[in-house]
Amino acid sequence: MGSRPSLLLRDEELAEIQKETGFTANQIERLYSRFTALDKTATGALSREDFLRIPELAINPLGERIVMAFFRHSDEDRVNFRQFVRVLAHFRPLKKSRANALNSREGKLKFAFKLYDLDDDDRITKEELLAVLQMMVGENISEDQLMSIAERTILEADSDGDGMIGFEEFCKVLDRSLVEQKMSIRFLN
Amino acid sequence: MERLCLIFCIFLTHCYASEEDETSSSKLNHTKDHGLHIAKFDFELVQTPYLIALWILAASVAKIGFHLAPSLNTIFPESCLLIFVGLIVGGVLAFVGENPMSLTPHTFFNFMLPPIILDAGYFMPNRLFFDNLGTILLFAVVGTLWSTFAVAGSLWGLSSWMGGFGGKELPILQCLLFSALISAVDPVAVLAVFEEIHVNELLYIVVFGESLLNDAVTVALYEVFEEYAIMGPDNVSAFEILKGFGKFPVVALGGTFIGIVAGLAIGFVTRLTTNTRVMEPLVIFVMAYLAYLSAEMFHLSGIMAATFCGLTMKNYVRANISQKSLTTLKYSMKMLSSGAETIIFIFLGVSTVNGDHVWNTTFVVATISFCTLYRAVGTFALSWIANHFRLEPIGGVDQFVVAYGGLRGAVAVALVLLIDKNATLFDEKLRSMMVTTTIAVIYFTVFVQGMTIKPIVEWLHVTKSEKRKPTMNERVHEKTMEHLMTGMESIAGHMGKYNLRAKLRAINDSYIKPYLQRCENGVDAKDTKILETYSKLMMEDMKTVTIMGPGGKQLRHQDSVMRAKKRLHIDDGIGTSDTNEDQAPDVVKMDELLEKGLQEKNAYRRCSYSRHSLQDTDAQAMLDLRLNLKSAPARKKGELAKMRQWKTVDVEDDGAHCSMLLQRRCSEGGQSSTTDLNKKTPKKEAGRPPRSAPPVGKSSVSQFKFDTASSIPEDDEENVFEDGPGAMKRSGSLGNIN
Repeated sequence: MGSRPSLLLRDEELAEIQKETGFTANQIERLYSRFTALDKTATGALSREDFLRIPELAINPLGERIVMAFFRHSDEDRVNFRQFVRVLAHFRPLKKSRANALNSREGKLKFAFKLYDLDDDDRITKEELLAVLQMMVGENISEDQLMSIAERTILEADSDGDGMIGFEEFCKVLDRSLVEQKMSIRFLN
Repeated sequence: MERLCLIFCIFLTHCYASEEDETSSSKLNHTKDHGLHIAKFDFELVQTPYLIALWILAASVAKIGFHLAPSLNTIFPESCLLIFVGLIVGGVLAFVGENPMSLTPHTFFNFMLPPIILDAGYFMPNRLFFDNLGTILLFAVVGTLWSTFAVAGSLWGLSSWMGGFGGKELPILQCLLFSALISAVDPVAVLAVFEEIHVNELLYIVVFGESLLNDAVTVALYEVFEEYAIMGPDNVSAFEILKGFGKFPVVALGGTFIGIVAGLAIGFVTRLTTNTRVMEPLVIFVMAYLAYLSAEMFHLSGIMAATFCGLTMKNYVRANISQKSLTTLKYSMKMLSSGAETIIFIFLGVSTVNGDHVWNTTFVVATISFCTLYRAVGTFALSWIANHFRLEPIGGVDQFVVAYGGLRGAVAVALVLLIDKNATLFDEKLRSMMVTTTIAVIYFTVFVQGMTIKPIVEWLHVTKSEKRKPTMNERVHEKTMEHLMTGMESIAGHMGKYNLRAKLRAINDSYIKPYLQRCENGVDAKDTKILETYSKLMMEDMKTVTIMGPGGKQLRHQDSVMRAKKRLHIDDGIGTSDTNEDQAPDVVKMDELLEKGLQEKNAYRRCSYSRHSLQDTDAQAMLDLRLNLKSAPARKKGELAKMRQWKTVDVEDDGAHCSMLLQRRCSEGGQSSTTDLNKKTPKKEAGRPPRSAPPVGKSSVSQFKFDTASSIPEDDEENVFEDGPGAMKRSGSLGNIN
């Protein structure tokens, strides 16, 4: 660590990222080296393929969804370092002193919610839920069963009776679960 | 139960030697008259088991009694009351002139402790444990080491400053030996007290995990210092000290290794018990017990071995053995452990009355205050360190409870009684003083700390745990989050706990599970937890329905139908074709389960005696089977639609049939079972679509019915005959289920 020269970021940019994401300079440095390691083509931006080349991610049932989350806010098909860090900032542990819109409980929940919500209409429909369930549970469970699980899940959460899970409903059903801890990574310095 | 009996055999044989003399004299009388006795009094014949049984009965009655007196239970923790009962019993026995038996270390370690530890390991929340493993290890290893050396140092310092306690100079090695056994937090006492107060998960797992894992340190330190004490301070060379350091990892890792190996072996054995279901719990108990004994045999940590055996076997066993065996396993584990715990506390009371005590106020007060003080200091310092690495810091209040909840218990007494005479320089007075002080410390922690911890927890507003099953949403979304976090960790290039877990799971799934877990059930679904939760929730629904009766079912039905309608109304524009059927599975399942529940009552009547099997028609088991048995190939969309169409027919049919059944059941009352069944079976066959239905059409609905049918006990011949074509298939599938 402390290999400042390897960091190709300008100081003011670093400060900006720091301000936006709440990462410390060391953490950003570390993430930057990870970023460059992932960036096989050395273009300063990551493509989908770059992500999917990570072996662990390739076998992750939600791998593709996770990669999609990086591209959600960029029109291009590449992610630059700032966007990369911004997504990861959602998973910074929540500390009262350094709270920020990204890693708040709501920010974390929103991120999880968006994993389901493919069409970006702020609702999880049964089909969207089913699709995720299928990825997670695997092929050996019959679709009917998954369907009834999805049914039950929606029925349980759906308080306004529209047959879908809105973001508020989503937050409400996860009221008692420790999202702040579950969705945090202790980024190394 | 056998084990409990054995326990008592050991002590009662020597404790009641005096009584034996009396009975043998009465035997002499018997030999004098030669006539045939139709009945005669011969206590000697049954003495040992009889007294054991009486002890167990006394312990059980005491425990039951406390739970009948609600006011008593709110003030005192159960363990205090049990010790108190032990004191009274011991007092009475001593007064009568009977030498009250004391808890021998041998009995304690070989028979009382293993069930408690195995139970703790088996019911350990794995997830929570491994998430907090770092903190737990820090407390267990560093905390115990610190406490041992700090207490020993302080006691020794005080002793040499004051010129000994009561004229007894306490050499440094004896100090270390004593503080090694007094510093270990006791799993039995901690569990007994913490079970009752329901503190939050984190607090619970830290104290609980610490009490289990610190045994490795305690065993190592105790044996090392005992050796040193026997050798004498002059012979302890630097090399010996180095060996002492080497002992610790061997004791800890060796115990863990034996436990894990035994756990895997249990997995392997239970994989093969398909045809001998009744042996399942026995095999598990015996193998786990052997793991404990093997560890003790090599002077490794038996507690670690039993804990890790429980932890390891849990997953495989749950998938392998039948639902009934699982229930048996759980209940007998609970029974054995709470029985052993009760007896330990009572004996702690009894053995206080017994034995030579040498009370030295300075020594007792010094030990208690040093123990408390260094525990507090250690906890705060270690929490401070741990909080640098933890996502969820241990709060100040929690730290206090961890420090305060460090109860000492019977392990300390057993260890202090085990001290070799050589180690105390043949000084009986010193030994007795140590024993007395140990008991005093235990009384202080169990009574003072145990009694005040509950009010303190309330007063400090420590977050309590809420024990509940996860809802479907929590389960699904938390699973999603988990995958998300695993992905994020790998993107960030950080080998965190999620990634580690994913790696371990991958290894387990591909290399271990296939050999240890029964796979004919087709349990290769990736995420059985979701299914498990689902089946559990369905079970609960079923229970409410059966409890509430048909009326309740009606209500429920209406409710869900109403919801479905409501949804249909809203959804109308978007997905009209789907909505109706989508509601169906839920409702259908209720019907199926209900039907299942009714059928089970029928099964009752056809019970026949067999030593080797029980009728395993557990609704939960069926549900599990149903969820797991599926190895249906993935269906394509088009086929699915076709299938659904087909299913609706079946569903309606089945629903109607079911409500008919229900009505009949209501009108006929409870006695109708046999006739009901006779009518029902053909009916169901009729409700089923012709067998020529396309294979895709074999929806889960019909599949389930199939399973249900085959759950009818084997000896039900009339059923087989009646069924005609279905019979062959059914008897074919019987093997799978039982």
